[in-house]
Amino acid sequence: MKPAWSVILLTTQIGAAQGLFLLVFLLNIFKTPPREFVLVSCAVSLGLLISGLIASFFHLGRPERAWRAASQWRTSWLSREVIVLPAFMGMVALYGLLIFFEFEKNISIWVGGVAVLLCLALFICTGMIYACLPFLQEWRSPLTLVNFFLLGTASGLTLSVPLAVIAHPQFVGPLALGAFALAAVAWAVRIASLVRNARLRPKSTMASAIGIAHPRIVQKAQGFMGGSYNTREFFHRRPDLLVRAVRWSFLLLLFPVPAWLLGWGGGSLATFIAAFALQFAGLLAERWYFFAEARHPQNLYYQAAS
Amino acid sequence: MTTKQLALVIDLNVCVGCHACVTSCKEWNDGGSAGPLSDMNSYGKDPTGTFFNRVQTFEVGEFPDTETVHFPKSCLHCEEPPCVPVCPTGASYKRAEDGIVLVDYDKCIGCGYCAWACPYGARELDPTEKVMKKCTLCVDRITDELLPPQDRQPACVMACPTNARLFGDVHDPESVVSKAIRERGGYALMPEWETRPANQYLPRRKTEPKA
Repeated sequence: MKPAWSVILLTTQIGAAQGLFLLVFLLNIFKTPPREFVLVSCAVSLGLLISGLIASFFHLGRPERAWRAASQWRTSWLSREVIVLPAFMGMVALYGLLIFFEFEKNISIWVGGVAVLLCLALFICTGMIYACLPFLQEWRSPLTLVNFFLLGTASGLTLSVPLAVIAHPQFVGPLALGAFALAAVAWAVRIASLVRNARLRPKSTMASAIGIAHPRIVQKAQGFMGGSYNTREFFHRRPDLLVRAVRWSFLLLLFPVPAWLLGWGGGSLATFIAAFALQFAGLLAERWYFFAEARHPQNLYYQAAS
Repeated sequence: MTTKQLALVIDLNVCVGCHACVTSCKEWNDGGSAGPLSDMNSYGKDPTGTFFNRVQTFEVGEFPDTETVHFPKSCLHCEEPPCVPVCPTGASYKRAEDGIVLVDYDKCIGCGYCAWACPYGARELDPTEKVMKKCTLCVDRITDELLPPQDRQPACVMACPTNARLFGDVHDPESVVSKAIRERGGYALMPEWETRPANQYLPRRKTEPKA
């Protein structure tokens, strides 16, 4: 598949926002961090959610009709995401306001609890958009959902470390340790999905595509010499070397590099910001690869122009 | 299974790869209810265009024992269309009365998710209209009662010089398409995904020379 930058920016940003919110909500229940830390985290989370939502509009041919996408929630995971994302944004904003105006803790916990449910639902919707398509075998796996969840929460936790430096320095150590551990788990699971996908055998073949049982079928003409939507949307047309370089770069940037900065970087604000920025760059590369790796069966019909 | 399911049956034994179905489809559907089917840069270096139907050519076997197969491909109007449930707006739908899979161009937001969900690559996003386009079985033609009955057929079927394209109701066991499927071993593409395409293909046949 051709990587779609709008969708890459949507899923990576909202993932980090979801992770950051989950963390702050849990901390606020069990540890009562300073109000400033909760507020700053909610604001950053909301900012990332808004930025992701804006990016998603660039994926649409007719963005002015985007509101229609909320109608098919009975069958479409995309439609469900379109409903859950703004609902989650609203609850994060409300939660932040309750903290800002120092409402009773009971109320904020209830509101935050609803936000947490929406947050988890959003992880499921986003993952299922990809995992529900049976013939994109690279995506058709529970690992897709687990990866979206772990990479999102891990990046959210990494993002919380520089925020803690600003608003709640006592937490820097434990948060950095948590970010380190969660990134390690996310990294291991991502490698597991790479291993799984490397072993996949495409279920569709030339023989099943045109229905002729013969081991040697070669396309001589796809029916046109120029391009079409089919030749653009489903092929990334990047050299193997670049695809492999992207894979190695995200494997380094998701865990080893930020882990080193978190643990042995000297503990300054700049290194923690760098840790998040580099991990986020790794996430962008990871999501790019996620698309590039998926082989769509329609490509069997578009092998040769003559 | 009792309701109507309109479909095409394509006879690979007689298709000569002339592309008359492609051009007649483009001509009919560039206007009317489905149009335009935009072309970009038609006379430039990288032309691109939107089509409902393509004729592809495959070589089967190893030289010198090869066979050339011309293979027309358009939307298969699946009985379990994977493109329909994923649509977030309800723009993609399967008509209850005749089983045609259609796009409501006024509801489509051009997100492209239905195209991802189609294993056959039957859907193309129109570059100027920015909505998803696909074969309609010439719905504005086959239902037009102002046309004489013999002309109420898809443009591709009317144009085919070798009668390689049959059109009818595959749920009616006595229809020309049902008989062709039954008697000549009609088959569906990519059965592994259980989309149950309504369109089917008739295999090539070995014809012994009569001395």
